[in-house]
Amino acid sequence: MARMNMIEAIRSAHDVMMDKDPSVIVLGEDVGYFGGVFRCTDGLQRKFGEHRVIDAPISEGGIIGAAIGMGVNGLRPIAEIQFADYIYPGFDQIVSELARLRYRSSGEFFSPVTIRTPCGGGIRGGQTHSQSPEAIFTHVTGIKTVMPSNPYDAKGLLISAIESDDPVVFFEPKRIYNGPFDGDPEKPAVSWNSHPKGEVPEGYYTVPMGQAEIAQAGEELTIVTYGTLVHVAIAASKETGVDCEVVDVRTMAPLDVQTLADSVRKTGRCLVAHEATRFGGFGAELVASVQKECFYHLEAPIGRVAGWDTPYPHAFEWQYFPGLKRMSAGIRRVMEAE
Amino acid sequence: MSKKSRLHIPAPNARPGDKPDFSYLDLSPAGSVDKPAIDTRPRNLEHLASGLVRVLDDDHSAKGPWNPNFDATQLQVGLRWMLLNRVFDERMWQIQRQGRISFYMQATGEEAVAIAQAMALRPGDMCFPSYRSQGLFMYRGVKLVDMMCQCLSNTRDMCQGRQLPIMYHSKSGNVFSISGNLGTQYPHAVGWAMASAIKGEDHIAASWVGDGSTAESDFHHALTFAAVYQAPVILNVVNNQWAISTFQGTAGGEQRPFAARGLGLGIPGIRVDGNDLLAVYSVTLWAAERARRGGGPTLIELVTYRGGPHSTSDDPSKYRPKDEWAAFPLGDPIERLKQHMIAEGHWSDAKHESLLDELKTEVTAAWKEAQQYGTMTEGPWLDPGTMFEDVFAEMPRNLESQRRRMYEIERGE
Repeated sequence: MARMNMIEAIRSAHDVMMDKDPSVIVLGEDVGYFGGVFRCTDGLQRKFGEHRVIDAPISEGGIIGAAIGMGVNGLRPIAEIQFADYIYPGFDQIVSELARLRYRSSGEFFSPVTIRTPCGGGIRGGQTHSQSPEAIFTHVTGIKTVMPSNPYDAKGLLISAIESDDPVVFFEPKRIYNGPFDGDPEKPAVSWNSHPKGEVPEGYYTVPMGQAEIAQAGEELTIVTYGTLVHVAIAASKETGVDCEVVDVRTMAPLDVQTLADSVRKTGRCLVAHEATRFGGFGAELVASVQKECFYHLEAPIGRVAGWDTPYPHAFEWQYFPGLKRMSAGIRRVMEAE
Repeated sequence: MSKKSRLHIPAPNARPGDKPDFSYLDLSPAGSVDKPAIDTRPRNLEHLASGLVRVLDDDHSAKGPWNPNFDATQLQVGLRWMLLNRVFDERMWQIQRQGRISFYMQATGEEAVAIAQAMALRPGDMCFPSYRSQGLFMYRGVKLVDMMCQCLSNTRDMCQGRQLPIMYHSKSGNVFSISGNLGTQYPHAVGWAMASAIKGEDHIAASWVGDGSTAESDFHHALTFAAVYQAPVILNVVNNQWAISTFQGTAGGEQRPFAARGLGLGIPGIRVDGNDLLAVYSVTLWAAERARRGGGPTLIELVTYRGGPHSTSDDPSKYRPKDEWAAFPLGDPIERLKQHMIAEGHWSDAKHESLLDELKTEVTAAWKEAQQYGTMTEGPWLDPGTMFEDVFAEMPRNLESQRRRMYEIERGE
């Protein structure tokens, strides 16, 4: 078993799938010769050629629109949108075309596009390099929405996404590309070297979409979260001394309600957390799902930790970001409630 | 406001009650535009974007280098399908007016576009149509009864009741699903063409938008990608002068022809008489051969006129002169081809009437059959549970449970 960070795991998923299936191609800004601004496609063009790893113009709508057409013509495109903050010019193509093509043509046409895009904050990126727009996509039926929290899942889920005949928007929390982050910016950065999920098979394997995972078992409180905040939740559990069960949602749509509900029925308390702004966020769907399935098991109102309802600020990142302090405060609030 | 606005607000030459005025249209005499070799460099093709390729002259003869020299059979094929398109549209319009379908869109006056281009493309070439492209579906083998069933959202509807009338698709005919969102199909055509080139195949793609939709971002994304990768694609702009109530100047047609939109990117543009089946065929074949030989994309502007309302929900008498179509200098594509065929000795009024009767009978028979699969008021009915299918390749749990709940509620539980 190899040790990989998330970038290497994502690159390995491309490599494995491009070897396995000649219809898999990559399209995006800076993905080819340069290998991507985060290096996720480094070396792929040298190995697979410039007709399979294609540098695209700065045109997210064009990248996604062309990828749809390629998918209709039998290719399996992986489109990289350099930052999730830049995905909006392609939004109409995703919502009106990619997500509904199979439906509107009664299954005659479909396009198996995977859209990869780095998301999330904690990198001093300001409001144009830090957004977490997953809820905008989970609200669109017809696409699957994924956000891994570690290298092992990133590779396995990305291979599942590439193989899926459904379109997938694959969010990569860039703060944890190089190592898990516990939400305390004062601590030195850690790598994936010693993390169990940094052990990644070199070859083909899948992590199925639509399945949540217990990232940490616990008895007193369930924290339902995904992406970077999985690691923050585990750290906050330790800091507060509360025996938290941390559920890593992994796939937001379709959502594995069963795993969340089983956990909350056991613990009786639930905290929902994400980096994205709170109002209308995906956390609201998580809260509603847990409430419906677990109402009579709940000992306290379900808590929420999320980004404040402001644009992502540059200078006040650590007051905005739901890091260790805010997660711990959220845990205490749910534990103190009766 | 004390100062007069210096903003230019485009306005058509004629509004209701005015005399139609097409003086803004630049016309070239039939046969006057040269036909360059298909390997001519784009910089030496720029004049084609401002001329107007015409073959059929006002005296009904066919002229010049773009004349495809159709034989009698080819001429009859073109006429037959254009006429079928018109007869079908007229019938479906009446059917909508009788309240038997919810909505319809005609291609009246624009039939040469779909038919001539379908004739010029190969069956393996992929079409990404707009909503006035029904002729493509007909020519490529979609049965009239299937098109009618789509408009009826009945049990034989290819879309299973999910789409407004006229949003057809045909996988076997290589015609893409009509979206209803404007211009979105343009980058799909370019991506499809890129894939064809990547796979080393010689199929090309073609797409259609109206003059109005050239203002959409997708139009520009598509042109950029087509130019950057020299994709084997034909990008058609059907300039029918009107986008609902806004005339082509509101989309930017006052400044330069739509055919010139690609020149800055090195995409050759050809402006063609869209009501001249022979010219449209010839120009399309030229662009297709160019694309097939690795010459890259061509933008074709088809100058035509929207003879009818935008849709059954539109009333053009509110914004344009009632007699504008009659005054359109490029006439009616069916009448022009018919007169040419008569002048060539291949056709007669009697033959035309007989063909018209035959097509009307065909359409009537198709309508009779279509209704057997259900109408808006009478069964058989589609199972509403089908609405949950094809959202994903496999139905996820949440949709399964919603479908169960829908049935329970329908049963009054």
